[in-house]
Amino acid sequence: MYDLSKVVVTSSPHIKAADDTRSLMLDVCIALLPALAVSVLTFGARSLVLTVATVIACVLAEWLYCKVCHLPSSIGDLSAVVTGMLLAFNVPVSAPVWMPVIGGVFAIIIAKMLFGGIGKNFMNPALAGRAFMMASWSGLMTLWTRVGADLPFFGSVTVTDAISTATPLATLKTGALPDATIVEMLLGQTGGCLGETSALALLIGGAYLLYRKVITINIPAAYILTVAVITFAFPMGGGDLAYRFQWMLSQVLSGGLMLGAIFMATDYVTSPVTSDGQWIFGVGCGLLTVFIRYFGGLPEGVSYSILIMNTLVWTIDKYNRPRMFGYPEKSKKKKEAQ
Amino acid sequence: MVYTFRGGIHPGPHSDPGFKAATNTKPIEVMPAPEQVILPVSMHIGAPAKPIVAKGDIVDMGQMIAEAGGFVSAPVHATVSGKVIAVEPRLHPNGSKVMSIVIENDGEDRLHESVHPYDFASMTNDERINLIWTAGMVGHGGATFPTHVKIKGAIGTVDTVIVNAAECEPYITSDHRLLLERPEEVVGGLKMLCDIIGAKQGIIGIELNKENAFAKLEELIKDDDRLKLYPLKCKYPQGAEKQLINACTGREVPSGKLPADAGCAVFNVDTTGAIYRRFTTGMPVVRRVVTVSGSAVADPKNLEARIGTPIVKLIDACGGLKEAPNKLLMGGPMMGNAQFSLDIPVMKGTNAFLCFSGEEDKRVEDPKCIRCGKCIAACPMHLLPMYMNVYGKLGDLDECVKVGMMDCIECGSCAYVCPARIPLVAQFRLSKGQITAKRMAAKAAAEAKAKAEAAAAEAKK
Repeated sequence: MYDLSKVVVTSSPHIKAADDTRSLMLDVCIALLPALAVSVLTFGARSLVLTVATVIACVLAEWLYCKVCHLPSSIGDLSAVVTGMLLAFNVPVSAPVWMPVIGGVFAIIIAKMLFGGIGKNFMNPALAGRAFMMASWSGLMTLWTRVGADLPFFGSVTVTDAISTATPLATLKTGALPDATIVEMLLGQTGGCLGETSALALLIGGAYLLYRKVITINIPAAYILTVAVITFAFPMGGGDLAYRFQWMLSQVLSGGLMLGAIFMATDYVTSPVTSDGQWIFGVGCGLLTVFIRYFGGLPEGVSYSILIMNTLVWTIDKYNRPRMFGYPEKSKKKKEAQ
Repeated sequence: MVYTFRGGIHPGPHSDPGFKAATNTKPIEVMPAPEQVILPVSMHIGAPAKPIVAKGDIVDMGQMIAEAGGFVSAPVHATVSGKVIAVEPRLHPNGSKVMSIVIENDGEDRLHESVHPYDFASMTNDERINLIWTAGMVGHGGATFPTHVKIKGAIGTVDTVIVNAAECEPYITSDHRLLLERPEEVVGGLKMLCDIIGAKQGIIGIELNKENAFAKLEELIKDDDRLKLYPLKCKYPQGAEKQLINACTGREVPSGKLPADAGCAVFNVDTTGAIYRRFTTGMPVVRRVVTVSGSAVADPKNLEARIGTPIVKLIDACGGLKEAPNKLLMGGPMMGNAQFSLDIPVMKGTNAFLCFSGEEDKRVEDPKCIRCGKCIAACPMHLLPMYMNVYGKLGDLDECVKVGMMDCIECGSCAYVCPARIPLVAQFRLSKGQITAKRMAAKAAAEAKAKAEAAAAEAKK
């Protein structure tokens, strides 16, 4: 006789893929490491201190929230770590440590847990945290540091320390090409937020995510291509082909576009699930980003454009359902109806 | 050219795609007939068969012991010779007790007089179909739809017969071994099916992981212009009827319709072989090949067993269990049914029996959807499993239907890829049941109303 005491009866299927929420989030963290490394090399170890502090704040906030509300702890899924890293990537290196820590607590508690935790929030928590900090401490949020400035690990940074510098985006806003070369922008040797400056490091991370099938190419491609096409077609200050080209590349490679398109707009919870919907979402983000950069009061529009598109996700999904197997083509259906 | 469909999944590690390595090189081993066989009268979809023997009767191998209970039904035959020792409800793989005929084997395998070769060429179509019906033929892939009904429905409407040699379910290799070891039966059966149905083409749709069977099959089909071999991409659920038809012919079976509406009829490898054997030897369905595998099985094998053999005998023949199992499955891991006993018999649709001792099913407490959309990319029916789950949980049945609930084939691809481990298929079964119940209630209400109105009109007169 065989020992059947452990046998359980459940509904099929009885095998599951290896990837789970935790491993997907871990992959996102891994994909963010090249950008973090570039940041540490460019701006010093303060980058690392800020990132680690924000991650700890986010994880602790989620753990405490679960504790207080008598919920099973959800920090094991590592989504709070991703939020922490992304939030830290969105502040200048000169920021005091307490600022992203408070931002992280806001992101986790207000933008995520109060809506029901992972999967239920309608806005990207990291971007909500960034918007909150932008509204609260706009001065600190736009104090850019010169590349190679010798910043303290922890202590506060004064304006003179930071040796404030104009970011490529700020120059673009005035309608002129930035001083930084394309290569400098690729390698992150410009002023800007902690993790957003090196387009190349972010692209490497994106390639890793695509290889691991964590994300699909739809949203980043739609987003970046939209920005590229519009900025090429309508360069500020207008000029010949070479100028247009340089203008377009500067727009695409500077600011938070790469970070936003690859890591923030692709956030599962706050992006559409159908492939048509993802393309529409990406194009919408791209259009809004260029509008804000060209006509808005701020130099950067990536975070607000993604936040605006976040609110439209369910609507986009609803009107872009795929044609189901065994049903007539949508165009045919319309014709038949007529 | 390799054919396939859109969607689907690739179960198993790169080193062992489909978990088939444990048995795909092991030849079919013929099991000795057991001392007792248990033959439930329901081994098919449709009306149960009616027992025509009583306790104490002596029966021969191949003798009909239960007759079809209607047109959509299949008879049952004695799979050994011996004495009927019980006609009583016994445990059935569906979890309940079902009327079964238990035969004590006398070890003689004395053949019944009806078991003799038939001359296919000289028979009329009605005689041929009747011979298939009286053989108790059903779909051996697990769905167990009576074969004669499928054939009858196909005549005049179907131009393409497809043999489903995809065998996309992980772990299972019984069809693979049949194609390797007895390809002439499969090809012979396909020719007969094409003749009966009058089909223009007969396709063998076979996944690339069975490439070692291609050469022999191509050799066998080359003298018949109708027959073709279609290599298919290794992907689950390549062998699902609608996906297989789509891959082989490019046609889509319309929603809510049958394969015949797309001009196709699909038959299982083992069923096709059984049809061939019925005409060449006269033997009805009395045995089948079962893959016994899984992490708890000591020595996984492909076994040919008499229908009605208790599963525990198959486990014994595989060296027993090396660990206490936590899952027993009749059929594959994607669509098979979980069992709680080993005393159930091998049935006509039992292509595999799996015993797992590890964490294969990875269940979690309180799973949370992260809207990753992997279920949508995996769905071979191009539905929205994520939203089906949301609306199903909310009880919004109208919206459920709009996002495809009733088109779901329950293949489990969505639940397999779900990183949150949400039991999606379980929810869909529940919601489908609710939708069906609601529709039936609405229909009954409408009928009652019509009746009442008619009665009222009558009263007025």
